[in-house]
Amino acid sequence: MGSPLVKLIAQRVALGFLLLFAVSVLIFAGTQILPGDVAQSILGQSATPQAVANLREQLGLNQPAYVRYFDWLGGILTGDLGTALTTRQDIATTLLPRLWNTLFLAFWAAVVAVPLAILLGLLAVRYRNGPVDKAISGFALASTSVPEFFVGYLLVYFFAVKWQWFPPISTVYDSMPFWQKLQAIALPAAALTLVVLAHMMRMTRAAILNVMQSAYIETAELKGLRPLDIIRRHAFPNAIAPIVNVVMLNLAYLVVGVVVVEVIFVYPGMGQYLVDHVAKRDVPVVQAVGLIFAAVYITLNIVADIAAIAANPRLRHPK
Amino acid sequence: MARTPTKGRKDGPLLDIRNLRIEATVYPPGEQPRNVVLVDDVSLKLERGKVLGLIGESGAGKSTIGLSSMGFGRGGVRITGGEILLNGRDIRKGNTGDVRRLRGKEVCYVAQSAAAAFNPAHKLMDQVVEASVEHRVSSRAEAEKRAVEFFRKLSLPSPETIGDRYPHQVSGGQLQRVMTAMALCSEPDLIVFDEPTTALDVTTQIDVLAAIKEAIRDTHVAALYITHDLAVVAQVSDEIMVLRHGKLVEWGGTQQIIKEPRQEYTNALVSVHHIEHQEHAPGNKPLLSVKNVTASYGNSAIKVLKDVSVDIYPGQTLAVVGESGSGKSTLARAITGLLPPESGSVAFEDRTLANRLADRPRADLRELQMIYQMADVAMNPRQTVATIIGRPLEFYFKMRGRERDQRVAELLEKIEMGKGFADRYPAELSGGQKQRVCIARALAAKPKLIICDEVTSALDPLVANGILKLLLGLQKEEDVAYLFITHDLATVKSIADSIAVMYRGEVVRYGPKSQVLSPPFDDYTDLLLRSVPEMEIGWLEKAIQGRKMVGAGN
Repeated sequence: MGSPLVKLIAQRVALGFLLLFAVSVLIFAGTQILPGDVAQSILGQSATPQAVANLREQLGLNQPAYVRYFDWLGGILTGDLGTALTTRQDIATTLLPRLWNTLFLAFWAAVVAVPLAILLGLLAVRYRNGPVDKAISGFALASTSVPEFFVGYLLVYFFAVKWQWFPPISTVYDSMPFWQKLQAIALPAAALTLVVLAHMMRMTRAAILNVMQSAYIETAELKGLRPLDIIRRHAFPNAIAPIVNVVMLNLAYLVVGVVVVEVIFVYPGMGQYLVDHVAKRDVPVVQAVGLIFAAVYITLNIVADIAAIAANPRLRHPK
Repeated sequence: MARTPTKGRKDGPLLDIRNLRIEATVYPPGEQPRNVVLVDDVSLKLERGKVLGLIGESGAGKSTIGLSSMGFGRGGVRITGGEILLNGRDIRKGNTGDVRRLRGKEVCYVAQSAAAAFNPAHKLMDQVVEASVEHRVSSRAEAEKRAVEFFRKLSLPSPETIGDRYPHQVSGGQLQRVMTAMALCSEPDLIVFDEPTTALDVTTQIDVLAAIKEAIRDTHVAALYITHDLAVVAQVSDEIMVLRHGKLVEWGGTQQIIKEPRQEYTNALVSVHHIEHQEHAPGNKPLLSVKNVTASYGNSAIKVLKDVSVDIYPGQTLAVVGESGSGKSTLARAITGLLPPESGSVAFEDRTLANRLADRPRADLRELQMIYQMADVAMNPRQTVATIIGRPLEFYFKMRGRERDQRVAELLEKIEMGKGFADRYPAELSGGQKQRVCIARALAAKPKLIICDEVTSALDPLVANGILKLLLGLQKEEDVAYLFITHDLATVKSIADSIAVMYRGEVVRYGPKSQVLSPPFDDYTDLLLRSVPEMEIGWLEKAIQGRKMVGAGN
């Protein structure tokens, strides 16, 4: 492994941390400029001014914003996400199992969606402009064009209500056996897959088609290789960088964009947690969830960058 | 290297193409799509172990014919008539699977640009043995062993380990040899060489050419050798076929074609390089004077130009020759201010030019014009010829309306193209016409110096010849000086008054043409001159011999 590769990766990681820091400032600032007073909204309209002042003191709201920011940041760095205002519970302990659930759902959706999208993309290139290509593209585009809540309800109607293959509500708990868990998340995972499939598949198709114009593809054809081998062995490795990028964007969406799907299937993940607490104006929770979403997003994009760099033989094997 | 006689050897010719007809559909801008015939009624026969040279200008259909022997049509090209008998069977009658099985096994292909034809994502060895393994010619281990032998035979450095490299880690000339090894590896009956040395420097070309010739001789493989360079094909072919506009012009033995051509067109090809040009003696005051210029790209670690000094006299031509990477184009960039020199100066007439392009007044810009190698990318495809040529008239002379149109018509006349071209778009012009429009655009500014950067390199010899004659004629009329950058010594001989030979950023030889081109030579100029192919059977062997003696002398 050459040093330029290590240097480039180190740069990306360092940039990621910098970005995350900037995002934390934005999140904090954003929640500060929200109208209304937190203490007031906790205690309600009928609270006495004295009670509100006491609570403000207790919450540290009288301190300047930057002091509160650094308190918050320091807490995060030591693993303390703060306390939820509404429930008085430690955010980290409530959040962790929910984060785990969201990742569990996203993971299985990705396990289905990513290979399927790439395979369909390869097939679409193999039979490009023919009926197979058009069918694949048509199906994928249709599934993306339909809003995810509608896809969700359609799935519930057919698979849960009519045929009763899967439960309509995706309740999971810790002691649940693994297979039951998988069965419970089948429908939300399917809904997510349908949402992200088309984007990845279309990008795979476009990236590979772009490479198919290259002279080395002609070389492969003139070696008498099978069309699918040419695509798989000669085109795909050179199309990895753009494909990885779009895959990672979609993986990020699987984690941070599940809000609607989680609500439809009443799945105990981060999305539902976030929606609940936004409604209750529970600022510390919103901040913590926002930061975690940002971290997921940035991490996956760094992974995409690093994968794209590593896929380039010129960087991997310098002269 | 003994070839396994296991393959079904049949009597009769290896390749027998009869009345081949190849068509394609073209989509001209603003018109109905129409069919064009690329190859019309061409027949050829190739015996085992023989080499047939296919020669002609671009659009003659030589690559199309070569690829048809593999049942392949590039980009929508269709084989619509005739028979292609390979090893006695008509490959047009086979299905796609049959055709696929002969590609890479019975017929292999060596492309013009090996650098583009190798997959950047895989190691060379994986690509070299791929066809052998795919078609079960031999096991991977055997194929690798054979590949290493070919690497050695083709004098590649470290033949044992070069296969572990990636394409970008190997030079262009070496890649071309690896590609030849790749074609030989599956022990085919026929190899189609498609301009295998055209993209290489002359000094590299000669080595690759010798390697290919030796490999053909030792493996007894038959070959179709496609090129536009008659001198090159004369070195390797038993027979030569001359093609033009998809039709056969002449077919005969190599000796007959180059010494006693029967057709007028062949004769024109054979005698294309001769332009008589009387050398002018340098005047007393140079027009442009480059003094001790040093320049580099990026962080000045590698100097691309080292202490370069040359003079150009009014109305004369300085030719700058050298191989790729020698700094010829960088010199042009330094003179025009696109790449400000780190040290040294460029004087024009009596004033010193500003280093940076942005600091130069408009008059300086006007008097120094450029013409580029790729005429089609040097013009805006959405502008008409009149707009392209008219632009400098508006920009430098504020000409408008009828005055401008009048001048555009004059300029079109000068480049031997009629008024009818004024409303055409670049896409409607041929390569030579495009370059002429670029010349007119440069002339429109009434410059004192035009920098010509490989302006004829992308053109067919006959067309290039026309451009050179035009440039010489214009020089007489307009008294304009040229800085002529080229890698082609034949061009230099026909156009230059003085010559600068560049090697690795330095001027290694500089002076009037007659002096530079007569002995005693320095080592590099000698190598360069010896490497230019001559239309002479046996030249290659003599040249290689001569070079070995030079090598032994050092």
